[in-house]
Amino acid sequence: MNELASLVDWSRAQFALTAMYHWLFVPLTIGLSVIVAIMETIYVRTGQERWKGITKFWMTLFGINFACGVATGLILEFEFGTNWSNYSWFVGDIFGAPLAIEGILAFFMEATFIAVMFFGWNKVSRGFHLASSWLTALGVSLSALWILVANSWMQYPVGCEFDPAQMRNVMTDFFAVALSPVAVNKFFHAVFSGWCLAGVFVIGVSSWLMWRRRNIDAAKSSMRVGAWVGMAGILLTLWTGHGSAVQVARVQPMKLAAMEGLYQGSVGQSLVGVGILKPEASRTPDYPMAFSIEIPKGLSYLIYSEGNKFVPGINDLIEGITINAEGDTVHSLSYADKIAIGKTAQQALREYSAAYEAGDKSAMDTAAAIVKENFRYFGYGYLPSPQAAVPNVDLTFYSFRIMVMAGGYLLALFVLVLFLCYRRTEVLEKAWLCWLGMISVAVVWVCSQSGWVLAEAGRQPWVIQDLMPVTAGISGIPASSVQLTFWIFAFIFTALLIAEISIMLRYISSASKTNIEKHSL
Amino acid sequence: MKAKSFLCKAVALYTDGFRSMTVGRKLWALIIIKLIVFFAILKVFFFPDILSSDYNTDSERAKAVREALTSPSPNIQQNLNSLNI
Repeated sequence: MNELASLVDWSRAQFALTAMYHWLFVPLTIGLSVIVAIMETIYVRTGQERWKGITKFWMTLFGINFACGVATGLILEFEFGTNWSNYSWFVGDIFGAPLAIEGILAFFMEATFIAVMFFGWNKVSRGFHLASSWLTALGVSLSALWILVANSWMQYPVGCEFDPAQMRNVMTDFFAVALSPVAVNKFFHAVFSGWCLAGVFVIGVSSWLMWRRRNIDAAKSSMRVGAWVGMAGILLTLWTGHGSAVQVARVQPMKLAAMEGLYQGSVGQSLVGVGILKPEASRTPDYPMAFSIEIPKGLSYLIYSEGNKFVPGINDLIEGITINAEGDTVHSLSYADKIAIGKTAQQALREYSAAYEAGDKSAMDTAAAIVKENFRYFGYGYLPSPQAAVPNVDLTFYSFRIMVMAGGYLLALFVLVLFLCYRRTEVLEKAWLCWLGMISVAVVWVCSQSGWVLAEAGRQPWVIQDLMPVTAGISGIPASSVQLTFWIFAFIFTALLIAEISIMLRYISSASKTNIEKHSL
Repeated sequence: MKAKSFLCKAVALYTDGFRSMTVGRKLWALIIIKLIVFFAILKVFFFPDILSSDYNTDSERAKAVREALTSPSPNIQQNLNSLNI
């Protein structure tokens, strides 16, 4: 492997590792904060002390997860400055502003109200404590908002203008960045998936309590709340997931084609329900699947709510056959054309640089105008061939299917648990159901991680869609140093995860030996 | 007077809270160790902000990035093909 490939691969692997570890903690924090707030609301409304005890039990688990997860996202910012310095500079304040807002507003909001949540029992009024719990949940979600806005901008760069003098993208419209349809959808999709994950977590822990025959009443009450939040979470995640697919079709059609393993699109395009891709070498555009069960016209209907629309495949997009905002098939620029435009923009930037050095204002203006005119496809200029704009199809295709199948399983789980909670509560104590609940905890995390693998692997080779490929965003540092820090992170994050699981299990075990419902004092 | 009373109550909330922590003690220890490792070791020794440390002004940084993005080394151009992205 050559030095650059090694550097890019290690840098990407490191970022993926840290982001995935970070995302182990975040969705549980998001979802569990809501569940705790709901439990406390039940306590305040009913006045039953047992709900205070139950709330405190889950609040402690929330605290453990929060403590283990807090600051793990900072590592990503370290990596931007060291491994991705070109990218980091190029995005300018578009990344900086949302992250600064996250730090100032959401972090301090969380920090203040979390303190009241944990330390304020019997010290502040019930209403104020409850408000703090809900504001913590809101603060946690707001934290997620700003980083997701930044991520969405990378997938759909809007509200900015490139300034060749600063060599940065300058934000021209904050609201276009913060409220882009991709950002809004991504935020709600991530938050609702957190509800779903926390719902399963509560079901899993409650299942363990019932399996060990400890605090069965508290476990059943908790399970009911967890299942309702999980059910709301999965339904809203499905809804926003559909919204995501529609957005992807519009702004990242190549990702959609890779998600479906679709090389040659057609009118009335079917949706692959279950499928296995042929090995890449033997894959043909018309028959890329070794096996598949397809829903006729499903993809066209999913994207356009109309069965007879055209959905472009990978080869169509490379050739420039795509769809416009109205969903009509159009012949647009081929990827070869876009590469040429990107090279023109880059050449103009070189000329701008030379004029800048020479102090030739007129030549700078001329070059800047050419850069501006061709900037939309700036990143294509780095691609050696149109095929280099195709993401890893296998990874994108399978991560999508794992996410959807796991999501379907979770929906069935919530239906089953809710049915049993209200109709056959004694069945909840059966060993097989307890095991199902516990195993589902692993399933929901696989589902959650697959979603991010799909989102990030599917947008490759772009670190900023159409503007900058990963190969251009990288810093010129030795691959060996990235490799070293990769293993340091792998060690630190694994240790953190072990610490979290260990502290959580010990707490669950020790607390469950007492009466959770009496922890209200 | 009211403000002082509120401040005292707020301080008491934190001090009493910290004193009566059980699991929280372990968690705070974990957070502090984590922050020390992140900021005193990783950030200092392994994760310098390259542009901030190598260049003094924004204009120099912009120039460095412009050069990196418009004149990738021949090695990079030759090797782009070999990337499996």
